[in-house]
Amino acid sequence: MYQYDELDQAFVDQRVAEFRDQTRRFLNGELSEDEFKAVRLRNGLYIQRHAPMLRIAVPYGLLASSQLRMLAAVARDFDRGYGHFTTRQNMQLNWPKLETVPDILERLATVQMHSIQTSGNCIRNVTSDHLAGIAKDEVDDPRPYCEIIRQWSTHHPEFTYLPRKFKICVTASPEDRAASLTHDIGLHLKHDEQGRVGFEVFVGGGLGRQPIIGQSIREFLPLPDLLAYLEAILRVYNRQGRRDNIHKARIKVLVKSLGVERFREQVEAEWQAAREFAPKLEAAEVDRVRAHFDPPAYETLQNIDAAAGREPEFQAWYRYNTREHKVPGYRAVFVNLKRHGENPGDMTSEQMDAVADLADRVSFGMIRVCHNQNLLLGDVRQDDLFPVWQVLRALGLAMPNIGTLTDLIACPGLDFCSLANAGTLTVAKQIQQRFSDLDYLYDLGDIEIKMSGCMNACGHHHVGHIGILGVDKHGEEWYQITLGGSVNGGYTALGEVIGPSVPQSEVASTVERIVEVYRSERLDGEQFIDTIRRVGIKPFKEHAYATYPEAA
Amino acid sequence: MRRILKRHEVVADEWRLLGEDASDADPIIIPVAELRKDTEAWLTRARSGTGRLGVSLAPTECLESLADMLPHLELVAVEFPNVGDGRGFSYGRLLRDRLRFKGELRAVGGGVKQDKIFLLARVGFQSFELPPGENAAEALAALKRYDVVYQPGAPVDGIRRQRFFA
Repeated sequence: MYQYDELDQAFVDQRVAEFRDQTRRFLNGELSEDEFKAVRLRNGLYIQRHAPMLRIAVPYGLLASSQLRMLAAVARDFDRGYGHFTTRQNMQLNWPKLETVPDILERLATVQMHSIQTSGNCIRNVTSDHLAGIAKDEVDDPRPYCEIIRQWSTHHPEFTYLPRKFKICVTASPEDRAASLTHDIGLHLKHDEQGRVGFEVFVGGGLGRQPIIGQSIREFLPLPDLLAYLEAILRVYNRQGRRDNIHKARIKVLVKSLGVERFREQVEAEWQAAREFAPKLEAAEVDRVRAHFDPPAYETLQNIDAAAGREPEFQAWYRYNTREHKVPGYRAVFVNLKRHGENPGDMTSEQMDAVADLADRVSFGMIRVCHNQNLLLGDVRQDDLFPVWQVLRALGLAMPNIGTLTDLIACPGLDFCSLANAGTLTVAKQIQQRFSDLDYLYDLGDIEIKMSGCMNACGHHHVGHIGILGVDKHGEEWYQITLGGSVNGGYTALGEVIGPSVPQSEVASTVERIVEVYRSERLDGEQFIDTIRRVGIKPFKEHAYATYPEAA
Repeated sequence: MRRILKRHEVVADEWRLLGEDASDADPIIIPVAELRKDTEAWLTRARSGTGRLGVSLAPTECLESLADMLPHLELVAVEFPNVGDGRGFSYGRLLRDRLRFKGELRAVGGGVKQDKIFLLARVGFQSFELPPGENAAEALAALKRYDVVYQPGAPVDGIRRQRFFA
């Protein structure tokens, strides 16, 4: 993975010093709330319902074991001994004290970590595929380009005060595992006929109040022009994006109001006009960064049937919680953060330390954070899988439900977030309890539930096969349900609302009735999302409220 | 008296704004709309060398329509009306790098705070009108907060390394 050079380290150290000074000035009353807000957000610090929340960047989800240990240490020393991993591959601390944040950042900087631009109206942490570099279906490793974008976007002189937040995602496989089309810019790595590296460029995706799927504005952008083209998009947006209404300030609204064709023309014109002063991506710099992502020292091995003859529990774990690897003899292993009864994405310091140790022993000392709020050990030898399972099981990190209905995505909701209208964690637990029978879960196959506590959609409810959105109804927590959303398998779609919202006590039953419809309607071997696409949402709609007609 | 941070020091503003007491020889800053309204008269004044001319540009105004008049201007004051409005950053970059404006690029308005001064300098602003209450010594020091940058941009004293080049 990428290692800081002296420049990168000096920058992060200087940033910590700056934020320490800003915090001091705020606490002394020299900096107004408004001014401090602008700088603290750009350093990942929110003021939340109960306490500040600090969002620590995990660039494109890649962590060294020493970094995971540091996350464990800061969670233990400055918080309540756990952290929350997010859909954008970051980690949040829910209870830090404001005056200790500069110390937290100083500790993080010692292991090449930071919280720069993880919130605020600027270019956010760049995300990617959690199977980057190891997936069989991948065109090329997207991470060197993520790192280049991370550096270019850091403290960008022109684009640090944008109309609204700005998210970039880079993927390199047809199976889009990082929800790239829900980003302000989605880049799909590809090769042209001459074998040159480049990107298809999608803009204007986003969820929130106005969910829109990103649209292609350029089929092939050659790599040397990457930064120049990104600057052209951002300049058009920075100048014309709306600043009068926060709900209309994302680039998706600008793309929609101009029309994608006119937007594209403006970007292309800006790109040409700025060629002289836009940053150029030199081949030597690309090579320097790429060298950091050389494959680890894999041994020459054969694939084996690691599950053969083992107990059913291990076989289930092998089937659901491990994934194919492009190198023979290896597999990728999920570290499951969706144990029933736990908050999705939460992990204790003890678990982090233990997983860091495990990664050192069996996965080249590296860990990945996934969009689905689990961690992943990317490079585990197949003959190590059984002992790895035993360790993870002892840590409570081996629930064999990845990809099933209870591997659900949820934002922190009303319990932690000051924006939320309704809780998500209680509902998550209710669903987990209702679907606690693993054989029943397995029979249901791949079902993605995504839940947000408000229309800001941090839990990506629009693109869940089953989406659950918390709404406030006369001071009570109610939930609106959508069906048919998707971001996987190269098919991105927004879900459709099935009817009136339901009270908290009815969500799990409603989900149960929905999956009953699937069980009776499905063809042999047909997955949940495919059944919805085939029969439409009508039969689901009719049955979902069958025993709850008074819902209004 | 307006305080201007410029070249390592804070000085009193030598420029007058339209409507303030000024002699014909005083350098004067007028809104872009005023220049458009009375272009010939203002440009005649500028050409005659009696008084230097500058314009102020709000983020809602069209930068490109100013292009023809730039050779006659000695100063462009770009407005940053509040902490969050970042349109002026693009104006700075475009004035310096695309329109090749050689005069003084000045950042003005309530959004010109010490925590933004480093970035403002990097997109080409050379002078900064400090809003009332802004600490001048700290604002000067803010220009030296970083000595490494990733992007191409205007040179700022003390920057020793840069990563991506234009």
